[in-house]
Amino acid sequence: MKREDIKVCVLRVGGTNCDAETKRSFEELSVQAEIVHVNELVKRRSLMEYNALVFPGGFSYGDYVRAGAIWAKWILAKLGKELKAFVEENRPILGICNGFQVLVEAGLLPGFEEISPYPEAALATNFPPGYNCRWVYIKHENKEKCIFTHKIPKGKVLRMPVAHSEGRFIFAKEKEKQCLERLYENDQLVFRYCDKNGEYAEGEFPANPNGSFHDIVGICNPEGTIFGLMPHPERCFYWWQQPDWTRRERMPQYGDGKLIFERLVSYLEKKG
Amino acid sequence: MIGSLYTRRKTSFPLFEVNTLEAGEQQLLEISQEMGIGLNLQEMKAVQEYFRKRKRNPTDVELQTIGQTWSEHCFHKTFKGKIKFDGAEIDSLFKTYIVKATEEINPSWCFSVFEDNAGIVRFDKDYGIAIKVETHNHPSAIEPFGGAATGVGGVIRDVLGVWADPIACTDVLGFGPLDYDYEKLQSGVKHPKYVYMGVVAGIGSYGNNMGIPTVNGAIYFDESYVGNVVVYCGCIGLLPLKKFKRKAKPSDIIVLAGGKTGRDGIHGVTFASAELTEKSEEISRPAVQIANPIEEEKLKRAIIEIRDLELASAITDLGGGGLSSALGETAKKFGCGAIVELEKIPLKHPGLAPWEIYVSESQERMLLTVPLENLELVFEIFKKEDVEATAIGKYTEDMVLRLYYEEEKVTELDIPFLFEPPKAVRIAEYKPMNFAEPEFPEPENLTEALMQLLSSPNIASKESVIRTYDHGVKGNTVLKPLQGEYGGPNDAAIIKPLDGSWKGITVSCGMNPNYGKIDVYWMAASAIDESIRNNVAVGGRRIALLDNFTWGNPEKPERLGSLVRACEACYDFATVFKTPFISGKDSLYNESPLGSVTPTLLITALGIVPDVRSAVSMDVKAPNNLIYMVGKTFKELGGSEYYKLKGFLGKTVPKVQPDQAKKTFEAITEAIDLGLVKACHDPSEGGLAVAAAEMAFAGGYGMELDLRRAPRKDINRNDFILFSESNSRFLVEVSEKSREDFEALMNGKVCAEIGRVTKTPRLCVHGLNGGAVVEASVGDLLSSWKRPLSRGV
Repeated sequence: MKREDIKVCVLRVGGTNCDAETKRSFEELSVQAEIVHVNELVKRRSLMEYNALVFPGGFSYGDYVRAGAIWAKWILAKLGKELKAFVEENRPILGICNGFQVLVEAGLLPGFEEISPYPEAALATNFPPGYNCRWVYIKHENKEKCIFTHKIPKGKVLRMPVAHSEGRFIFAKEKEKQCLERLYENDQLVFRYCDKNGEYAEGEFPANPNGSFHDIVGICNPEGTIFGLMPHPERCFYWWQQPDWTRRERMPQYGDGKLIFERLVSYLEKKG
Repeated sequence: MIGSLYTRRKTSFPLFEVNTLEAGEQQLLEISQEMGIGLNLQEMKAVQEYFRKRKRNPTDVELQTIGQTWSEHCFHKTFKGKIKFDGAEIDSLFKTYIVKATEEINPSWCFSVFEDNAGIVRFDKDYGIAIKVETHNHPSAIEPFGGAATGVGGVIRDVLGVWADPIACTDVLGFGPLDYDYEKLQSGVKHPKYVYMGVVAGIGSYGNNMGIPTVNGAIYFDESYVGNVVVYCGCIGLLPLKKFKRKAKPSDIIVLAGGKTGRDGIHGVTFASAELTEKSEEISRPAVQIANPIEEEKLKRAIIEIRDLELASAITDLGGGGLSSALGETAKKFGCGAIVELEKIPLKHPGLAPWEIYVSESQERMLLTVPLENLELVFEIFKKEDVEATAIGKYTEDMVLRLYYEEEKVTELDIPFLFEPPKAVRIAEYKPMNFAEPEFPEPENLTEALMQLLSSPNIASKESVIRTYDHGVKGNTVLKPLQGEYGGPNDAAIIKPLDGSWKGITVSCGMNPNYGKIDVYWMAASAIDESIRNNVAVGGRRIALLDNFTWGNPEKPERLGSLVRACEACYDFATVFKTPFISGKDSLYNESPLGSVTPTLLITALGIVPDVRSAVSMDVKAPNNLIYMVGKTFKELGGSEYYKLKGFLGKTVPKVQPDQAKKTFEAITEAIDLGLVKACHDPSEGGLAVAAAEMAFAGGYGMELDLRRAPRKDINRNDFILFSESNSRFLVEVSEKSREDFEALMNGKVCAEIGRVTKTPRLCVHGLNGGAVVEASVGDLLSSWKRPLSRGV
């Protein structure tokens, strides 16, 4: 598929607020990206017009009940069939921050056995509690499954900003070990929090900004086509978005966030 | 409302006629008090006269409308009224000092100032920047979370109300000491820690939920804020100037959009125009509105689309006074009248009386005027965003405001009458304070003094607060509030608002309430200087200012006298620096059972940078680079953090030497443009020593300085040189390579090389006799600075 023909749907609803910069990131790669309100999608459009779907960051429906919960249920109720078809065709879905919370609440992630009717994990309130806006280091853990990080060397340390109050990835306590094993078995683990040198955070704040289980930053489904993460790649696309660019004599042209968008586009190009 | 003063009309809903015509003076005041409209006798008499001419009694809706419109909060009686001061009469503080400064400077780049709820300056040939800073002190004192959140919501609507897309927020807060003794609290006053937690959470919640980065701010602690919390909320927006529509005409439809109307926020403005008392909690709780940021987020999307399609002829926000204020002000602005059917307004719950509907300050509402032919399309856009919008009336040719409820006329008032309240005449007095300079020997250990200063609440890192605000959303924050890995305190934030351009917006602020305890004139001058130098330090220029006054009861002559003095300084220094005022807001009557607020003037500075790539941060960059001190240090420790640490207030506050300051600012800008500046930071609270420590630990290197080389006048003690807070100074890092160019540029200005950046992470300062007077590891300095307000406070 030609790059210019790729169409990405950046979905939004009341409370979504990172849609513009997400769209910009795709456009910077010469891909068509459209911000679509879910009302619009339900009434006039079809998900199947798009090659990829993004749930951007924000506070959908004010994050009342649980972050992402209402939007997830809304999507399943109104767009469930279409979404299932979308997933079955292995069309990629990316969830950033609130988008990740939506994917988990909708049962799309971790999605051990296809789409789960109930959430199999949760993005719980941070520990230490409260909203936290800071830059973190994350280490790439995926062998080859995740199409959003494919060809990024395993073990590579990236730097991205987080900004959330509910990002502590957890499994049910009694299934924790077993679920983690499955993540590894299926090559679903994508990023873990670490320090500058790539040493795992081991739950220590602030390297692990939210107390996430096993320092989990983001995971994909067993097929590698659905990916959710708490940090914001769209906020570290350009060099001047880095927190310390004024310290460097020479900055790389882009930030690490670009990699995620690039890998997705490259996958779509090859997919045909 | 009972008794013979009120007659209920025979309607299916509550509507009273108020027997004003026959009322004597005592009864007029009784009416004002019982109805909670806050009008004084002179004003009530004007109302009586108006209705006597019309040979009828006013309805409760009419009296409420007048009360809201004439309140201090809506009409700014003090700033627009007459003041007798020093044997002369000032006709409007606002016109005499604030507007006059802008008119004299008359910059070509001011697009619309003092016209609407936000000022607009040009950004480039197509775009403008709108900015507004609001005060929300009273509501935050009663309900910290809700008060602060709705403060942010309100100021964002001010920016939307000039068709601008909100792109950044700035918040400056003042609290009582967090360790305040519970025993000293009085009934009706909440503990500072409770207020602090609530306010900070409220601000974060609103901005974060709406996806607007909070990029700038400050937190200040003072005893007088225990009873009077200070909450300044600011918002900056971007608009294509061509899309700025402000031309409503008769027959345009009035559309109310956004949240429903309820009983929250009744009499917010009258409440804000009175002192806080023990009973405020009980009486005024309904005056605090309830925030719903997601509603406003949706509203924002719809409004921006309506703007881009040019479907409406005017817009305004509903803030203080609710509909009564928004409708009346719009009608007046366009020389129209209006007819509104109040029963059409969507309600949160049934049973609101017409007057309650009309004055309710329920949040997240905007008022648009739409030509009939565009109405359908406008409704469609609101619907798409799940926002309720209702046509509630239309503008008319005559200048009369007519309100109906279920076909019953409940109000008929002439618009000109509504906006010509009797001018307040107030008396102001000013007596210079007579303080003494403290006498104490120079302490032997100045390292310890520096550590203590770094840990003092006004200087210590506010990271634990700043990180609860999203400062990166929208992805356009080029210079963040916390610099680099160690979270150094940047002097100003820079936003890059347009994708296709490197041009940036710089935002900074200045506030020195402690100086005002000695001399408000120099406090105001210092705030202006500080806000400008913060902006200049990162590369900002072409600076516009906003003034926000938080003062005590202006009916007390000495409070008003200090207000006049501060306004005089505003005029004097805005004109010197050629920095026009473009917007502002005053909050008076900040008095509680614990006393008056200390006069607190916030100056916000909005500048531009031609190219964000040349922006400068405050952290030192590399060992062996040179450190220059630009600007002179005087023995000006009155009101300083150092004196406070020693238990003194002092006498001599920092002054501003305008000519010298201007030269310094221009030189710094030029040096930054030539790429000669590696880092730049302004000494403010805690002076040179604190600024140097911050630069060092933010960069992770050490610094070796020599006080003997620091430019100074009449000052011969190490501690005074280190901690004096003289204005218009900068610490600048320059590489050896740029030394010659920088020194050539600084020729003829006050500037001296005072030391170097060192690889060893230690701050070492040599005193006047050559020996080290400060010697500390950068790590220790950093933890002294970070610890006090770290998480878990």
